[in-house]
Amino acid sequence: MAKDEDSVGPDPSVTVSASVAIPRVRRRLRWSRWAVTRALGGLSLLGLIVLLIFVGQAKGVTFIRLASLAVWGLTLGAVIALGAIGLTLVYGILRFANFAHGDLMTVGAYIVLLFVGTVLPRGESLAPFSFGWEFLLALPLAMIVTVLIALALEKLIYSPLRRRGSSPAILAMAALGAAFLIRSLVYIIWGGDFHNYYVGIRQALTLPGGIRIRYDQLIILALALLFVFLIYLFLERTKLGKAMRATADNPELARVTGIDVGRVIFWTWALGAAMAAVGGVLLGLDSQVRPEMGWFFLLPLFAAVILGGVGNPYGALAGGLIIGMVQQISTAFLNPAYKPAVAFIVMIIILLIRPQGIFGGKER
Amino acid sequence: MGLTGIFSYLSSFVIQAGIYAIFTLGLNIQWGFTGLFNIGIAGFFAIGAYTSALVTLPMPSGVHIHYVQQALGLGLPVICGVLAAAVVCGIVAFLVGFPTLRLREDYLAIATIGIAETIRLVFNNERWLANGPQPLTGLPQPFWHDLVDTGLISSRDYAYIYLAIVLVVMILIYLIIEQIIRSPWGRVLRAIREDEPATQMSGKDIFRFKMQALILGAMIMGIGGALWAHYIRSVDPSMFTPLFATFIMWVMLMLGGSGNNKGAILGAFLVWGIWVGTSFVTAELPAALQSRAPYLRLLLIGILLELVLLFRPQGILGEVRRVSRMLKE
Repeated sequence: MAKDEDSVGPDPSVTVSASVAIPRVRRRLRWSRWAVTRALGGLSLLGLIVLLIFVGQAKGVTFIRLASLAVWGLTLGAVIALGAIGLTLVYGILRFANFAHGDLMTVGAYIVLLFVGTVLPRGESLAPFSFGWEFLLALPLAMIVTVLIALALEKLIYSPLRRRGSSPAILAMAALGAAFLIRSLVYIIWGGDFHNYYVGIRQALTLPGGIRIRYDQLIILALALLFVFLIYLFLERTKLGKAMRATADNPELARVTGIDVGRVIFWTWALGAAMAAVGGVLLGLDSQVRPEMGWFFLLPLFAAVILGGVGNPYGALAGGLIIGMVQQISTAFLNPAYKPAVAFIVMIIILLIRPQGIFGGKER
Repeated sequence: MGLTGIFSYLSSFVIQAGIYAIFTLGLNIQWGFTGLFNIGIAGFFAIGAYTSALVTLPMPSGVHIHYVQQALGLGLPVICGVLAAAVVCGIVAFLVGFPTLRLREDYLAIATIGIAETIRLVFNNERWLANGPQPLTGLPQPFWHDLVDTGLISSRDYAYIYLAIVLVVMILIYLIIEQIIRSPWGRVLRAIREDEPATQMSGKDIFRFKMQALILGAMIMGIGGALWAHYIRSVDPSMFTPLFATFIMWVMLMLGGSGNNKGAILGAFLVWGIWVGTSFVTAELPAALQSRAPYLRLLLIGILLELVLLFRPQGILGEVRRVSRMLKE
């Protein structure tokens, strides 16, 4: 049998012969196991997408259509990822399923609707995009308002409940209540109608190969990737970001090592709500702004979180992209109304075969 | 409003609250006694209502054949519809529970949201199954033939017969749950809720007991859904929104007192009273606000839930903790 340092599992001969270099070998072993689980997870999902494409082809869907759907799926996936990152951090750090996260996205979308055209006058649109400068100005405002709402909920509801030692299920129920509170406020203030930020024809770009994509979708993808990159820098390079990841991984251990958990919780809400707002606004730009948009988005969000492993922001990012693509490609042979159900089915499959998430090593 | 008007209004209130009480009793088995977090009640509601509709309605005939599509139309008596509703809900509960009950408790919650949403989407989009977004109408009502068609009572007074049926079913379910929850089986459920590892250590098959509780609760919800469908005599997918078919039941159970069957019934009548009562208040609002009035009431119900969770988590009645009736306090 060939000795391969990259093989999975402890190899006794390596540990014995290289006792001097144990830390290095151990690290390499850990790295290899990490790489293999992730590679397996990633491959199985790529396989899923390829399978979907084959089913589509068998059903007589053209390759161009499938490729376009995959590209649009990437856009949708980036939006899902923005929501899922906040959801997974709250889930990991505060240990409860925040059913109000989708409705935070709705709030973000509506705040932009409020500012564009009222406080901020509508200017020339930034051709070829459908929106003007005021839209980009309104985005940070929406983020701030959404963060304030999330912090208010934390202060008024979640923090008192935690102090009393309520179970995660009670916190999740309080979040469910908060979701309905937020949505009823949205209905009361804005009514139940569907809105578009901008009306008119949206220009599209034809990529090589005949894939058509709207310029708006390009900016959605670019903005989503920008924010995801900023989160990456924050989580990797700052002390607070590291503290956050540590707390998400193991709150008790984080507390013992002297991490200020209160500060971490504050910034978790701030970061999660801000990203939810961006996700909601981009979702609204891509389709429509309506009171139930965030609630219907909960299933893909949770699917992405579970796919990536609860508490793992990078997993949520990858999970979001995959769920977005699977959802979009499925419309080649399924009624598009079933998109949430597709996310749900993927989630159930993951729960059956790998409940800790394809990117999570730890059993939960 | 004359005296008869008041009586008929009251009877429709009690029928609706009574059906909601059946749902909260089912939820009480799942959440109150076992700690299973089901927020997909709407899914079981829809399955119960549609199953009973398809079992009791005949296949469309004559001119209706152009407007109504349904996969099934057995034309059986209502009691068969109600029983079939319970059975199908039990099967769906098994399918939801199987991948989730071994995992963290909140995965069940997420999965139940998913199944409720999926069921609503299926009924909304599959026209062949149960007429899609168009309602299925003309559901039969129990004893209608024997009582109204024979001229024994007027069709207006039939509501009182239905009221009696709902109350009898509610009380029967209440008595049955009270019995089984005091049995050794019920004690295991409460033990799982309180301390899962300890229960496992004493040799109980946690997964099996949780599954039984989930299925039993879902079957009761199916009965509730069937009774609702035969009361309204019409089923369409818009009835099964997360608000009316899931959230309000949770507020009812939490307000009345989870883990207490009397509390579940009390909560159902109280919250439904608040919901109906506030409609009289919002009716006084200016016309411009009328379309948004239901959301003001929803806001109120949402605030009520948060206040209960924060200040009286045990609900109004709270659970009576007693080990055995054989032991003195």
